[in-house]
Amino acid sequence: MKTLMAGLALALLMAATTGHAREAVPSAADPAIEARMKDLTQDLRCLVCQNQTLADSDADLAKDFRREIRTMMQEGRTDAEIVDFLVDRYGDFVLYRPPFKGITMLLWIGPAVLLLGGALALIVTLRRRRAATTAAPSPDELERARKLLEEDNRA
Amino acid sequence: MGRFILPLGVFVVLVGFLAVGLRLNPREVPSVLIDKPAAAFTVPQLEDPSLTFAPEEMKGKVWLFNVWASWCVSCRQEHPLLVQLARGGEVPIIGLDYKDERAAALAWLRDWGNPYTLSAVDANGRVGMDYGVYGVPETYLIDKEGIIRYKQIGPLTPQVIQEVILPKVRELNG
Repeated sequence: MKTLMAGLALALLMAATTGHAREAVPSAADPAIEARMKDLTQDLRCLVCQNQTLADSDADLAKDFRREIRTMMQEGRTDAEIVDFLVDRYGDFVLYRPPFKGITMLLWIGPAVLLLGGALALIVTLRRRRAATTAAPSPDELERARKLLEEDNRA
Repeated sequence: MGRFILPLGVFVVLVGFLAVGLRLNPREVPSVLIDKPAAAFTVPQLEDPSLTFAPEEMKGKVWLFNVWASWCVSCRQEHPLLVQLARGGEVPIIGLDYKDERAAALAWLRDWGNPYTLSAVDANGRVGMDYGVYGVPETYLIDKEGIIRYKQIGPLTPQVIQEVILPKVRELNG
C-alpha cells in the first residue's frame, strides 16, 4: 500500500512538473525573430514591475508587449521603429538607456559631477592637511621646544 | 565652525532630494500622450457586440475615457464615483473594458451600476497599448478635437474629480 501511494505521489509530481515545463516553452515560430526579440527586450523596461526588463518580466503587460513586438518583427519593422513605437506611447521611461537630452541631462552627467566634486574636495582637504603639518615652526614654538628638551636633559 | 558649512550644505541638499524622492510615486509615469491626439480604433461594444465604437464618434464633445475591468480591484473603489459623476450629466463617460471576460464584465455593471454611455471592448489589450495603459484603472480626458488633455493613473478620487476633472471639463466646454 505504502509503495503504491509513493508511486502515485511520484506520478502526480511528474505530471505537475511536465505540465509546468510545457508552459514555459516560448511560442517560437521563427527562432531568428525570437532571438532578435530577446535582444531588444533586454534593453526595455517593463512598466508593471519596473526593475525588470521586458524580456524577464512575467507580467501580463510584458507578455502583450512581447506579442506585439513579435508581430511587428514579422511585419518586417526595424528595431528602431519598434523602440519608437513604445517610446511614443510610454515615454523614455521604457528605455534602460534613455537618450541624452535636456530632461535626462542630470541623469547622465550627475554621477560624473558628484565624482568630480568628491575628488576635488578630497584633493583640497589633503593639500590643506599637508600644508598644516609641514608649516615651519614659529620662533615661539622653537623656544618652547628647546626649553622642553633642556628640562628633559636635566632630569 | 566655518569648515562645517560646506558639508552641512551638501547634507541638507541630499536630504531634500531624498525627502522629495520618498514622496514621489514611482508607479506614476507621466504620460507622453498629453496634448496629443487620442489614437483611433474601432472595436465592438460590450453590451451589443454587433455594434462598434470609434473615438471619432465623440468629436465635438468633451468626454472621459475610463479603462476598467471586472478583475480590477481598484476599479471597485472608483466605481461609485463614476456612477455619481455620470448622474451629474456634465461629461459623458466611455468605458474601455480592458482584457476582460464579457459575462463577468456585464455582471459587474449589473451589480455595481453602469456609469458608461457605452463600453468598448479591448479583448487583447491592443487599444490600451496605443493609449499607454500600464495599469487599470486609468482615465483620459479628451477634448472636442479628440486631443488628450489629462490622464489619471490609478483610481479617481473625489478630490481629483472636483479639483481637476470638472474644472477642466468646464474650461474645455467654455
